Amino acid sequence: MFTFAKARLAVLGTGRRCVALRAFSGALRGVASSESNEESSTSENQLFDVIISGGGMVGTAMACSLGLDPNLAGKKILLLEAGHKKEMDRVPETYSTRVSSISPGSATLLSGLGAWDHIANMRCKPYNKMQVWDACSDALITFDKENLQDEMAYIVENDVIVAALTKQLQTLSDHVKVQYRTKVVKYTWPRPYHVSESIPWVQVTLANGKTLHTKLLIGADGPNSMVRREAGIPTVKWNYDQSAVVAVLHLSELSDTESSLVWSTSHQHAEELLQLDEESFVDAINSAFWSNENHSELVETAGSLFRTALSVLMPDSGSARQLPPSVAGIGPKSRVMFPLGMGHATEYIRHRVAIIGDAAHRVHPLAGQGANLGFGDVAYLTKVLSQAAFNGKDLGKSMQHLLEFETERQRHNLPMMAAVDLMKRLYSTNAAPVVLLRTFGLQATNALPPLKEQIMAYASK
Amino acid sequence: MYSKKLARLAFGVLAESTFKCPLTRSVSSRVNAARSLCSWTLCLHHRQKNQLSEGFSRRLTRLNVRTVSQTTVDPAEVRKFQAMASKWWDLQGDFAALHSMNDLRVPFIRDNLLNMHGIQQLGKPLAGLRILDVGCGGGVLSEPLGRLGTDVLGIDPVEDSVRTAELHSSYDPDLRERVRYQACTLEELAEEEAEGFHAVVASEVVEHLADLDAFASCCQQVLKPGGSLFITTINKTNLSYVFGIVAAEQLLRIVPSGTHDWEKFISPEDLERLLESFGFYVEAIRGMMYNPLTGAWSWQQNTAINYALHAIKCKEEPQPGQVWAESENLDKPGRATNYS
Repeated sequence: MFTFAKARLAVLGTGRRCVALRAFSGALRGVASSESNEESSTSENQLFDVIISGGGMVGTAMACSLGLDPNLAGKKILLLEAGHKKEMDRVPETYSTRVSSISPGSATLLSGLGAWDHIANMRCKPYNKMQVWDACSDALITFDKENLQDEMAYIVENDVIVAALTKQLQTLSDHVKVQYRTKVVKYTWPRPYHVSESIPWVQVTLANGKTLHTKLLIGADGPNSMVRREAGIPTVKWNYDQSAVVAVLHLSELSDTESSLVWSTSHQHAEELLQLDEESFVDAINSAFWSNENHSELVETAGSLFRTALSVLMPDSGSARQLPPSVAGIGPKSRVMFPLGMGHATEYIRHRVAIIGDAAHRVHPLAGQGANLGFGDVAYLTKVLSQAAFNGKDLGKSMQHLLEFETERQRHNLPMMAAVDLMKRLYSTNAAPVVLLRTFGLQATNALPPLKEQIMAYASK
Repeated sequence: MYSKKLARLAFGVLAESTFKCPLTRSVSSRVNAARSLCSWTLCLHHRQKNQLSEGFSRRLTRLNVRTVSQTTVDPAEVRKFQAMASKWWDLQGDFAALHSMNDLRVPFIRDNLLNMHGIQQLGKPLAGLRILDVGCGGGVLSEPLGRLGTDVLGIDPVEDSVRTAELHSSYDPDLRERVRYQACTLEELAEEEAEGFHAVVASEVVEHLADLDAFASCCQQVLKPGGSLFITTINKTNLSYVFGIVAAEQLLRIVPSGTHDWEKFISPEDLERLLESFGFYVEAIRGMMYNPLTGAWSWQQNTAINYALHAIKCKEEPQPGQVWAESENLDKPGRATNYS
């Protein structure tokens, strides 16, 4: 079985509009709302050391990671998830449409949590080679490890990851509690300085009326994070004028070969694609892979000239071009669409609050990095909290260790996000000058193995 | 200056009877600055070089500004801290440097205790140990130690500070169980709790005390045999005057003006000698440095300004004859452990 991931950079759709929204709340760090009618001593069952809001891949991984850390043994941790528990005794026959590319760094984290074994037993696909080609020219770039023996990364269904992590969480049930089907309606923030008669903890009010307190709130509640919004953290975000259509494909090369598709295109085209019946949809995909309608004479000539020049200079560069596959059919009922955008929180932390995963940074799926950035946050925040606990610090109060988390992760995430955004913009147009630029760029990068290795190393962290 | 010294000399002779063992102190500041780790035998050699010792008997007097009283508490100091009692937990306020010093002193205490006792329990590495925090103030150091699992008793003569500490720790159920505070002096406590503690911590305290001998004696009483004594304080050097008093108090306002009195600072050698005379073995001395730009502390080799000291109460009562024999063994070059 031989499946490899494709990142579709040529978008069949024109016109992009970026809307930059700067949401400045004007709030000072630490919005306070002291409840003077609250009892001054909270009942001990309801005071947690850490509450994680949001039980997706990143939130559940965070709960597992904190639960397994030896320095945090004995701390009370709670995970709140609005959906139901995702358990998977057997992997379902049909593949689910939402998948993620898991880098080796994230795979290391997951295996440290003991979840990777469950994932491997359920379903995951390592891939060794990645090929990216341009719709408007013949330029392409391939990423692969030297001998094609080592895996570049893994494609895993999101449901499988969450189910594996949930299974691990069950083994930690003595000090990590999970509450499913729990919606939070309000967060109340403490004052950063000590005032008598006011509770110094974060207060979380649930839809069922219960109130919980915590020393540190971790927001892992996705791109429209309520934690981030309520904390008044300014976010730089814009919507790409695109939606992604995801589907499971049956390829015609060998029988029983399935592949996952993520097609980023304009909203209108995405809706049209969803309306098509199966056959027409398959035709649309095939024509997108194979058509030359966007190639112009100029670009083709220039492209092939450049390629000849490169092959003279560096005869060994580039591996053999793999032709795109032909799609035979799609999985049943598997087409979904979701809007795409970019978002970055300017601060990842506040007094007694930290945000991780998509709540802190949201990227275009074209590079397969969204989940990996989130797992990177999980690993680093756990390390920071573990050290703080070993030094006897109050986990949420000392901004010093939380700041360390923010600085380190922003340093890692921002360049990645900028690169992904640049790629997206570069490939969103058919204009000849831009096409030429990206053709040359792609071919030149393809001819430089050290550069490709650097890119792969950065993306594998 | 010399007439002051002579007056204290005379006064000190009269007070000699309060000491358990003969105590010598090198008078010349040049010898002080030599900073060699002195044991009894080494001091004998130094004394021979000392000008004042010519012709005198072995018993030289102590040079100190503290009135020799039976109590460690200095009323002037109490008044000073009374005024600041509410500001303990303002992280950007007068006590900010003390909060950031936790980054050094908590690992110092924790690691030395772990060396002696081993990790008790995951998540609470120091569980089951009892620690006395002398001069706890607002509980700045007591709380982290409590979170590491120890049973902490924090004492301070300033009642308002103790109340601030109690209020601050009352919200956290973990701390409520493990950290207790009492507004009393060390002497009062020593009568009740003989050999009750695994460790005593006196951080930034000895430079505010009236009588160091009484302090050392009380520490010796409350500690279990083999128990640890942790002290952080400021050295008495020209450098500590420039940085600790002039720069810190007057120029940079890291601490409020008047917090420290240079005359009350004590050098590590003198402190070591004092503690050894009360049956302690000084296991480590490390220098600390404060960076006013970053607000962070760091370890350093040089003990010229701030230093931390770890001493262990010897398991047997030292007899006068035995003191010499023991110190022969202790006289090893480069004894201070090299922490990285």
